[in-house]
Amino acid sequence: MSMQSMSAALEKKIRSFLQGPRKGETYELRNGLVSQYKHERKDAIQRVIQAMTIGKDVSSLFPDVLKNIATYDLEQKKLVYLYLMNYAKTHPELCILAVNTFVQDTEDPNPLVRALAIRTMGCIRVARMVDYIEIPLSRTLKDDNPYVRKTAAIGVAKLFDLNPEICIELGFLDDLKALIKDSNPMVVANALNALYEIKDMNNDPELSIFEINEEIIKNLLLCLNECTEWGRITILTTLNDYSTTDQEESTHIIDRVIPQLQHANPSVVLSSIKVILQHLPNIPVTAQRQSILRKLSAPLVSLVSSSIPEAQYVGLKNIRILLEKYPQILSKELRVFFIKYSDPLYLKLEKLEIMIRLANDNNSALLLGELKEYSMEIEPVLVTKAINCVGSVAIQLPGSVIKSINLLINLIDERGGELIVNDSIVVLTNILRRYPGKNDLITLIIPVIANHIDELNTPESLSSYVYLLGEYPKYFSHLSDKLKFLIDGFLEFDSSLQLLSLTTIVKINLVSENNAQYSNYLQTILELATKDCENADVRDKAYIYWRLLSSSSSSSAKEKIILAKLPPIKTTISTFNPVVLEALVNELSTLSSVYHKPSFTFIDPNAYSSLQTEDGKKRLKTSKSNIEDLTKLAKSEIINNSKNENLLDFDDDEEGLNDNGNTNGGSASLLDELNDLFSAPAVPQKDSQAAASANGGAGSINDILNLFNTNQPPPAQSAAFNQDFSNLNVSTPSPSPSIPNTGTRSSKPSEDLLDLF
Amino acid sequence: MASQIHFLDIKGKPLLSRDYKGDIPSNTIEKFPLLLLDLEDENSADYKPFINHQGINYIFILHNNLYLCGLTKKNENIMTIIIFLSKLITVLTEYFKSLEEESIRDNFVIIYELLDEMMDFGIPQTTDTKILKEYITQDYYKLIKKSHDHLVQPPNALTNSISWRKDNIFYKKNEAFLDVIESINMLINANGQILNSEILGEIKIKSHLSGMPDLRLGLNDKGIFTSNNNTSTPISNNNNPGTDESNGKNIELEDIKFHQCVRLSKFENERIITFIPPDGEFSLMSYRLSSTQFLMKPLILVNCKTKVHKHSRIEILCSARAQIKKKSTATSVEIIIPIPEDADTPKLTPEYGSVKWIPEKSCLIWTLKSFAGGKQYHMRAELGLPAVNDTENLISKKPIKVKFSIPYFTTSGIQVRYLRITEPKLQYQSYPWVRYITQSGEDYTIRMK
Repeated sequence: MSMQSMSAALEKKIRSFLQGPRKGETYELRNGLVSQYKHERKDAIQRVIQAMTIGKDVSSLFPDVLKNIATYDLEQKKLVYLYLMNYAKTHPELCILAVNTFVQDTEDPNPLVRALAIRTMGCIRVARMVDYIEIPLSRTLKDDNPYVRKTAAIGVAKLFDLNPEICIELGFLDDLKALIKDSNPMVVANALNALYEIKDMNNDPELSIFEINEEIIKNLLLCLNECTEWGRITILTTLNDYSTTDQEESTHIIDRVIPQLQHANPSVVLSSIKVILQHLPNIPVTAQRQSILRKLSAPLVSLVSSSIPEAQYVGLKNIRILLEKYPQILSKELRVFFIKYSDPLYLKLEKLEIMIRLANDNNSALLLGELKEYSMEIEPVLVTKAINCVGSVAIQLPGSVIKSINLLINLIDERGGELIVNDSIVVLTNILRRYPGKNDLITLIIPVIANHIDELNTPESLSSYVYLLGEYPKYFSHLSDKLKFLIDGFLEFDSSLQLLSLTTIVKINLVSENNAQYSNYLQTILELATKDCENADVRDKAYIYWRLLSSSSSSSAKEKIILAKLPPIKTTISTFNPVVLEALVNELSTLSSVYHKPSFTFIDPNAYSSLQTEDGKKRLKTSKSNIEDLTKLAKSEIINNSKNENLLDFDDDEEGLNDNGNTNGGSASLLDELNDLFSAPAVPQKDSQAAASANGGAGSINDILNLFNTNQPPPAQSAAFNQDFSNLNVSTPSPSPSIPNTGTRSSKPSEDLLDLF
Repeated sequence: MASQIHFLDIKGKPLLSRDYKGDIPSNTIEKFPLLLLDLEDENSADYKPFINHQGINYIFILHNNLYLCGLTKKNENIMTIIIFLSKLITVLTEYFKSLEEESIRDNFVIIYELLDEMMDFGIPQTTDTKILKEYITQDYYKLIKKSHDHLVQPPNALTNSISWRKDNIFYKKNEAFLDVIESINMLINANGQILNSEILGEIKIKSHLSGMPDLRLGLNDKGIFTSNNNTSTPISNNNNPGTDESNGKNIELEDIKFHQCVRLSKFENERIITFIPPDGEFSLMSYRLSSTQFLMKPLILVNCKTKVHKHSRIEILCSARAQIKKKSTATSVEIIIPIPEDADTPKLTPEYGSVKWIPEKSCLIWTLKSFAGGKQYHMRAELGLPAVNDTENLISKKPIKVKFSIPYFTTSGIQVRYLRITEPKLQYQSYPWVRYITQSGEDYTIRMK
């Protein structure tokens, strides 16, 4: 050890011998810092800070900078303090040298200096600072000047962060609670903020930080109008966290908060909306609730007219949550969400999400007109989204179907191009799946698709086309050529398209029996699929078909299996799982509201405190069990609440959870898993593309499902597919009059299938 | 709230940083450039003003090729963070005229001071530039001279319930200037139909008043502030907006927003606007009138026909009509017409005003210094196109933009009835002044065919 330190010292000496006298930047700065002239010293400090700002390590100048701390020049003092905060960690011993100056400064006649000193002391995150901060902190907490008091209030939170035990022992928490009743609104707000910070940092479940009671609320409501905008947000947060069932109290809170909806700061507005919605359920009269809800519509819209695009975006994300909870809240607004040419792209896309949710029979013509404009824009993502939105209008509003279809057809004719043709055809297929078998729609759509087959080049659009081919073969001319194309290209196809081509040819053969050419095709494709195809799913499926077709089962049984209809698409607008929605409404305006995920899915609960001390491990343990609880909770809720969920996926996740449960660093991945759990229901059956892209991975699931369904939808509908699967499960035990029918129908095919094996 | 605040250049390289809490490693921000690249790389549609990466949330806003980024680990109020960052921009802009890389490098000392004063331990404190300027300034010598014996003190206003006005303001002549400014945003399709229109109104006050004056503003509020929730009769569409004189028409100002000095509960309960104003200029209130109740005719109607002769030239025929009262005149009218990027050799023949070709922005700007109500003018332009070209490029979807201002006129018909000024202690004579102006907003656009 001593040898080592000696050699280190020697090395240092040699180094300083080599570097010391040279003229370098550090050398110059050091000279400046110890200059006899005041202005030279100050200049040197400024240059040190500058070097620090651009990331140079100037910690070697610590002692020289420190010498300049005792000064009457406030600016210089601030600079030295800033330097100290930055390098205190690397020089804890030297930092203590500065403590005397700090303590002295907290007694300075100038409140600005007193506040500066206590603020900086708290920011020097050195464990030993705790020993010196007690007296200055308790003194400044009782300072006559509110500016000093409000700074000291936050100082308590800083001390808690550094050493919670001492902070509690010295009674600072009680001092802080007393400040909630301070005469100055700014002090009240900061005291509240400090308590919130402490609450977040605290990991001792025994310790109650503070309880909001009726009296505090009364006081805060009085404060609300006196505060700065930031103070108001703090108070509003407290009002939101305060739960009461008392009707009068809720009414009072709502009455006091409503004027805040007119505040110029969007964050005050959004926080006020949150408080009002939190207390709204306590209002017993429906008419009253409705009238309060109506008052929220203009403030919500105002979030979108903010001049800051980022704030608008947060506003839109929150509006999307609220629209799902209160669909009527903006029913008369559509135009404010129209896209502006100067909007950034992310804003445009989110505006479309809102517009499509506001669609109704009264505004559909206006909306479709706008969507047409957007589909003529340059940005491909926007065009795709606009086209999908046209489809959503058609699917949502039966009265606008023809208009929507014509719009898409016009678009293909007028603008054309790969993107438009491919996207439109996927959307048109979806529309047909919403209104299956409607002759007028089919005759409108199929010819257009037939005219553009050569331009189809994405797996989604090709799948849509092949699906339609199998579903409505009568409407296509030159069917035989088209099928030949499927056979010729079969081996080059994407596996999802191979699966579909297979089904389509099987289906066509079944409906047009005794056509020699078609059965020829059938033979070829079955051979191709079983012999030359590498994908196991495709091979298995071909075998199943082959055996089914060659089995002795009656042809009506085969038809039941092969020609079973897909359930119609109900909507292409994504919705939240009810549990997720509740969580999001409660977490309005926070990060979860923009990620559209409940906070526990992306926030690490033990990440709050920075100091990883011995009890860090303890914390880790408790939090892990917390996560397990949450996982259990989440699982049960998902099972209870979502019928259209992919249960097979869920099993995968469960396995993942068990695997990770034992590993030490598992908490992060645990959260990831949870993330996955929840992101799935948050965006179910969204647009066909997402579903289609997921298809590759979920191929095996599809296949299993196919056993039950025995019917090949285009991959575009794989989400709806899962629905079908669960429908099968659900419909069997349902006590409806048709139960014998459904029962036999669903069991019979599977029996047949079992026979086959 | 935010654990760290960073100023970064357009590539995400940090320029200046402040760590408020120390709960996030200080090198975390070094990942930002890569994350940013990921956002923009994959697909521009994925760009969003926030990133969650390894448990850290990056929340950022873009301003003049600068990113301001806040980091947090908690599920914080993101709206507050974004608004705080934008306030930070406002304050720094008011300090340095403009905020860009250069001004950050030149003023790092004062930025550190401001960052310290505006946020403590991640909690926003004061964001009012006027008050901050009272005790944080680039020109320290002045402050020191002013108060030689005792050093700079925190202004009382900082913690008062009236946090926006300092004590002991004195003016020889007490005056208050009111500007009622209405910005019109309008989206017009190629056929001259209005798709969307809104009025963004603002009442600005420049206050040169001594002491602690209490002001009360009276507007022609018959019907303006009443019937907030009841149905209101919309103004009929065929009404010429130029003839819309106030007198108690059922105008419903939507979401009125007030400066923090206005007593909100007094307004909510009694519909009276009372306040103690900040000193100097500030925006007292803003309001919005959207077309759901208020579809207007375009104030300046522009009709533009373009004819493209492939591989040779493009012809533009543009007409503009001022659909305002005969007495009124629109001033500084600019009609910005987008043209293909590769067009050249312009031949410009305006009937009135002047036309300029701005090749770097690929547009023509037709300027009419004054444009009297009811008049209509034409402009013809012809530009050459390169011989080799693919026509797809010609379809520019950029809309025509119009800028204008019309003095002495508000589109909504809002009027100031009175501005009562009382200062209980000083009891001086004061003079309120009012001006009205209607102007184009950011988005007064006409779509091209």
